[in-house]
Amino acid sequence: MNDSLLMLTVVAAIGLGTPLIFATIGEIITERSGILNLGVQGMMLMGAVAGFWATFTTGSLLLGVLAAVVAGAALSSIHAFTSITLRANQIVSGLALAIFGAGLASFLGKIGNDPLVGNPSREVFEPLFTGWLVDLPLVGPLLFGHDLLVYVSWLVAGIASYYLFHTRMGLSLRAVGEDPASAEAAGVNVSKVRYVHVLTGGALAGLGGAYFSLALVPTWQDDPIGAAGWIAIALVILSSWRPWRAVFAAYLFGAASRVQFTLQTLGEPWSDIPSTLLSMLPFVLAIIAMIVLTSGKRARYLGAPAALAIPYFREER
Amino acid sequence: MTSDAATPLAAELIGIDKEFYGVKANDNVNFLLERGQVHALLGENGAGKSTLCSILAGLYRPDSGEMHISGAPVLFKSPKDALAAGVGMVYQHFRLVANLTVAENLALGHPGLDVRLNQKELQQAATELGQRYGLPVDASARIWQLSVGEQQRVEILKLLYRDAQILILDEPTAVLTPQESKVLFKTMRQLAEEGRSIIFVSHKLDEVKQISDQVTVLRDGKTVGGVATADAEPKDLARMMVGRDLELPTRKPSEDIGSVMLGVSDIHVQSDRGLEAVRGMTLDVHEGEVVGIAGVSGNGQRELAQGLVGLRPLTSGSVELDGVDITHMSVLSRIRAGCGYVPQSRLGMGLAPGLTTEENLALKAFRRPPYSKSRRLVASAFRDNGEREIKEYDIRGVRPGLPIRLLSGGNLQKALVGREVEMSPKVMILRSPTRGLDVGATEAVRNQILEQREKGVAVLLISEDLDELMALSDRLLVIYEGEVVGEMPTEDATAERLGLLMAGQREGAS
Repeated sequence: MNDSLLMLTVVAAIGLGTPLIFATIGEIITERSGILNLGVQGMMLMGAVAGFWATFTTGSLLLGVLAAVVAGAALSSIHAFTSITLRANQIVSGLALAIFGAGLASFLGKIGNDPLVGNPSREVFEPLFTGWLVDLPLVGPLLFGHDLLVYVSWLVAGIASYYLFHTRMGLSLRAVGEDPASAEAAGVNVSKVRYVHVLTGGALAGLGGAYFSLALVPTWQDDPIGAAGWIAIALVILSSWRPWRAVFAAYLFGAASRVQFTLQTLGEPWSDIPSTLLSMLPFVLAIIAMIVLTSGKRARYLGAPAALAIPYFREER
Repeated sequence: MTSDAATPLAAELIGIDKEFYGVKANDNVNFLLERGQVHALLGENGAGKSTLCSILAGLYRPDSGEMHISGAPVLFKSPKDALAAGVGMVYQHFRLVANLTVAENLALGHPGLDVRLNQKELQQAATELGQRYGLPVDASARIWQLSVGEQQRVEILKLLYRDAQILILDEPTAVLTPQESKVLFKTMRQLAEEGRSIIFVSHKLDEVKQISDQVTVLRDGKTVGGVATADAEPKDLARMMVGRDLELPTRKPSEDIGSVMLGVSDIHVQSDRGLEAVRGMTLDVHEGEVVGIAGVSGNGQRELAQGLVGLRPLTSGSVELDGVDITHMSVLSRIRAGCGYVPQSRLGMGLAPGLTTEENLALKAFRRPPYSKSRRLVASAFRDNGEREIKEYDIRGVRPGLPIRLLSGGNLQKALVGREVEMSPKVMILRSPTRGLDVGATEAVRNQILEQREKGVAVLLISEDLDELMALSDRLLVIYEGEVVGEMPTEDATAERLGLLMAGQREGAS
C-alpha cells in the first residue's frame, strides 16, 4: 500500500510543494503588510545559491539554511527601502528584484577558480525518520517519511496563522495592510511593521530556494528552481492570503508537477502524452485558478489586503 | 482663567506654524486647553482647525512652535507618542479598519495588551466601556457593518480604552442627526466632568454655544481670539470667524412651478457590496423647483444619484426626463437629453485631475462644435470658451497649461458647477455641493443653483447639510435606508422633525 502509485505521487507532491510553502507564506506575510513584492523568484534563487555555497564550504546544513535566510532577507531589504521609504512603484521595484536576483545567483554560481556550478552538495536533507515508523501503513510515508524542512514548513504555517489572527502584532500587521492611515492613528508604526514583514517574507523565500539546492536537486545548476517564485505569487491569491491554505495550494501544485512522471510509469496509453504538454500542467492550473478566483463577485470576498501596493504617506492631503 | 502653578493646563500650544505646499495652514497659532472643559475650536473650512488638531494628535509635525501637555514640553513624532501622552483624536474621516471588528479596532496599537489577543475579553471590555459612557455598540461587529453614528462611537471608545485625557473631536456632528448630536453632547459632558478635556471642532455656532465652556476662533490659519462661551454672542463669533458680516443667499418662494421634469418611479439600485441601497424610491422634480433630499450619509444618496445619471444600473423602476424614458440610456445620451450632475467627489468623478481647467470645462461638450470639427479638436475653442467661463464663474488661481487639481476646493466646485450650467441642462442633480467650501465659494455655488431654478431647471439637491437644504429647497424629502420616509414643503420643516425622520422614525407610525 505504501508503494502504491498514488502514495508515491502524494509523497512526491509534498516534497515538491515544500519550497512553495515557504515562499508563499513569506509572500502572504509581506502582502498582508500592504507591500507587493514580485521579486520572489530572485529572492528564492539568492537563497538557493547562498544556501548551497554555505553548505558546500562548511559542510553544515544549518549554516546553509542560515545563509539562505539572510540572503533572501538582504535582497528583500532593497525592495523594502524603495517601496516603503522611497514610496516607489512596487511592481517595478519587485520585477527588478526578480531579474536582479536571478542574474546575481547565476553569476555567483559561476565565478571563482572552482565554481559551484555542476558540483553536488556536500550535505543533503535526508528523511528524518527510519525504520518501523515509516513502514506504518498510510501514516508512515505521509507523516514520517520527510526531511526536517518539511516539518519546519508545517510549523511555519502554524506559527504564521496563529501570529496573524491571534496576536497583537498580527493585528497590527493586518491593519497596516488594510488601512495604514487608521493603523497609524491607533499608534502603530506603519513603516516599521512593513519593514519587518517584507524582510520576514524575503527570509522565507530564501529558505524556500535553499530547499531546492539542499534537498530536491542537491547539485548546483544554473536554474535550479524553475518558475517556483512566480508560482508562489499565484499561490498567495489561490490561498486567499491565509497560511494554512497555502500548504494545500502548494501541495496541489506539487502534485501537478509530479503527474508527468507518474503517467510515464503507467505505460501505454498514458506515457504517450508528450511530457512537454504535461510540464505545462502547473502553469495551466495556475491560470485557471486565477481566472476562477478573481473573476466577478468572488474577487471581493477573496480577502486581498485593501492597501496592497499603495504607498503610504502620512501627510498626504 | 483659573490656571495656576498647582493645576497646569491640560494642553498648551504656542506659536504653532505649519505649511503645506506653500500654503500656511497654521500661522503662529496659540491654543490653551483647561482641564475638565469642553473647548470649542471654531472656524470656517480651511481656517486651519483640522491641521492644528492633527498637530496636537501627533499626525503632523509643526514647522515651529511649542507644545506642553500638563505643563511638560512634548514633541510628538507620531500618533503613538500622542496617545502615550494621553492625547487622542476622532478624525473627521474616521480612522477605523473596516474589515476588523470593533474589539479588534480597540485593541489595535494598544501597548498595554498581552501578545495573545483574547477576542472574548476584548469584546467584553468594549461592551462594558460602551455601557458606562452611553456609547452602545456591538463589539463583535465588523466596522463596515456599522452606521456612521455607530462608527463614531467606536472612535470615541477607542480613545477611552486608551484612557485618553485629552479628546479631540473633529466636526463630530457633521455626520449625525440633531438627536444623535444631543446624545453625543451628553457623553461629552460626562467625560468633562470626569476631568478629561475635550476639543470640539465645529463651524456651527449654535452647537458651540450649546456645548462648550470656552471658544477659540481661527481664521486663515491665525488665532483670532479666545473667549468664555458664556460671554460670547453668536453674531460676534460669526464675525470673528468670517471677518465680515455674512448673509448667505436664500430662496424666495415661487408660485410658478411647472410640469414634471424629472420623474422617478419605484427605482431600486444596488450598492458596491451588492446590497439593495435604494429600495423603491419614487419622486418628481418640477420645472423651476429645487427638491432637497435629506438623510444621514450612507442611506442611499450615492446610489440614487449614480442611478439617475446612468453610472449605476437600476435593478428595477424607471426614470423619465421631460417626458422621455431615459431608464436604459447611456450616460452620454442622458447628458444630451439634458441631465446635469455635480458629484460629491469633485476630483476623480467630477473633474479629471490631470487635465487643464480649460479641458475640464469642455469635458462634456468637446464632442461637438465649436470644440471639435470633423473629429478634430479645435484648440482655439478650448482657449476662448475656457477664458470666458473662467471669468464668468469667477474661477481663481487658474494657470494656463497646468492641471486643474492645483485649484482650491471652492474653485474646483465653481468650475464643475459652471461646466454643468454651460450644458443648459433641464435637470441638475447635485450632491453636497458646498461641502468643505469657504463662505465665498458657498455663496457663489448657492447663487448659481438658485439662478438655475429661476431659469426653470429642475434641481435635485442631495445633501447632508440641513442648513443648506432648508435654504435652497422648495420641497424636502427625507430618505432612510434607501427609502423615502417623509416629504414636506420646506416651510413646514424643522431640524427636529427632519432629524427624527433621518433617524428612521416614520411620522404617525405608532
